Amino acid sequence: MRIALLLTPALTVVLTLFVGGLALGVAQSLGYLPFLSGWTWNVEAYQRLWDDPAVRASFALTARIGLVSTVLSTVLGLGAALVVHRMRRARRLVGAVFASTLSVPHLVGGLTMLLLLSQSGLLARLTHALGLTGSPADFPAITADAFGWAVIAEYVWKETPFVGVVALAALSGGVDELEAAARTLGATARQRFRHVVLPLISPAVAATSVLVFAFTVGSYEVPLLLGRPFPAALPVVALQYQRDVDLGARPVAMAIAVVIAVLVTALVLVYMAAMDRLVRRSA
Amino acid sequence: MRRGIAVAAIVAGTLIPLLPLLVWAVAGSWRYPEVLPSRLTARGLRLLIDPQSEVLTGLGTSVVIGLAVTALALLVGVPAGRALGLYRFRGRRLVQFLLLAPAIVPGVAALLGTQVFFLRLGLADTVLGVVLVQLVPTVPYVTLVMSAAFGTYDVGYEAQARLLGAGPWRALTHVTLPALRPALAVAAFFAFLVSWSEYVLTLLIGGGVVKTLPLLLFSYARGSDLTEAAAVALLLVAPPLVLVALLARDLVPGRDARGPVIGLGRL
Repeated sequence: MRIALLLTPALTVVLTLFVGGLALGVAQSLGYLPFLSGWTWNVEAYQRLWDDPAVRASFALTARIGLVSTVLSTVLGLGAALVVHRMRRARRLVGAVFASTLSVPHLVGGLTMLLLLSQSGLLARLTHALGLTGSPADFPAITADAFGWAVIAEYVWKETPFVGVVALAALSGGVDELEAAARTLGATARQRFRHVVLPLISPAVAATSVLVFAFTVGSYEVPLLLGRPFPAALPVVALQYQRDVDLGARPVAMAIAVVIAVLVTALVLVYMAAMDRLVRRSA
Repeated sequence: MRRGIAVAAIVAGTLIPLLPLLVWAVAGSWRYPEVLPSRLTARGLRLLIDPQSEVLTGLGTSVVIGLAVTALALLVGVPAGRALGLYRFRGRRLVQFLLLAPAIVPGVAALLGTQVFFLRLGLADTVLGVVLVQLVPTVPYVTLVMSAAFGTYDVGYEAQARLLGAGPWRALTHVTLPALRPALAVAAFFAFLVSWSEYVLTLLIGGGVVKTLPLLLFSYARGSDLTEAAAVALLLVAPPLVLVALLARDLVPGRDARGPVIGLGRL
């Protein structure tokens, strides 16, 4: 009874706004028009998504940006943690630097990437000063480009510290002692990494990667600022449709939202299943 | 030696990208291909304290929303954290899953469908509406951090205080809250920072009428005056950095502090 009382406020927020929001999104993607009459259930919005090459391009772009950013920030963050975790002062320094980058809002990160990477940005000016490029057009277009490099750069810059901090925390949990034990048993450096360090930190690091991917496929302002208007990232397209004066565009916006939510949920379930299997195997 | 270079590269790679922001904020004239601005100006910084500009109003809106969201998220999330951290009960895993899900599923995907209802209830384009919608990404973090903290908290102290004659309120203010202070600070920090950085939910429910600093920054970043944009960006980034410095010790995650760590991912 007491427990129920303690949980009620939080569950109310989550059930009405989050679960309710998802349900309303699904219903609206299937034709439901709140406060209007004459609607019927249908799957037209999903049909339109499937048929529209523009949306397919957005889908590919979003998945690509998400995957590349996740892989790069996981590798870099894990690498950074492995380099510094046994160095006392460097560990503290890198921890502090990472913590400050983590608190920088993504929009600020987006602006600074624009100032750094655009064709007249700081990097382009430096290559000009070094005589590598002659005019802004000589510098490769990595902002507002088709691949999404600047968007990826912003995500990697922001998420590498996230992975790094998590990996550092995981590495502080008695990993050193176990590694030392493995060493006395004659394990080589490679064997120790493969069979001791990696299994101990991979659950935490994998969870972080899932979070990073979920974030990157659902982020709006970074691809809006650094990406192209077409093809745009899925959340950007969703809001475009949502704000369309044509009411018929609304279900398509909802369908995109549903696709993003399903994609992320599926990924989380895969992760949880994988972790369960890992735990059972080691038990 | 090689490790030293690697450490330097990590630090430089993390900090150097912020450099153009600092320089642009005071650049009076900085034409391509100049590597450094030819003239400096305080114009951007003056904009930040100009009572006529919308920046100060935006700062006020952001602070009000941030504080309201933090207070409400704590009020809602701390009891839930207590329930999850202290007690084992049927359906605990489901509750855990439900309260964690909004931290993972992108807010825009979950909340797009609510906009028309906010509109209908008269909450669209209002500060109250924005505060409500920002509870979705903040309550999970508070719950997470607090359930980890309550997991190692000895509820016996409260019983002792009550035994010694303290009322429930005194037990709360003199025993429970002091014991949980570091976790509460971290939870408040996350809630405030998530609210402070939020863009798309504010835009979705605030409709561009509720102009928080991130919304203003976006329009400056899209405009032609990069000096002003960079100055506004510095204003947006300063409070989080100050908070990180203040909370440095509590933020460094320990072995089991999964909660705080996950919170950092959404900032």
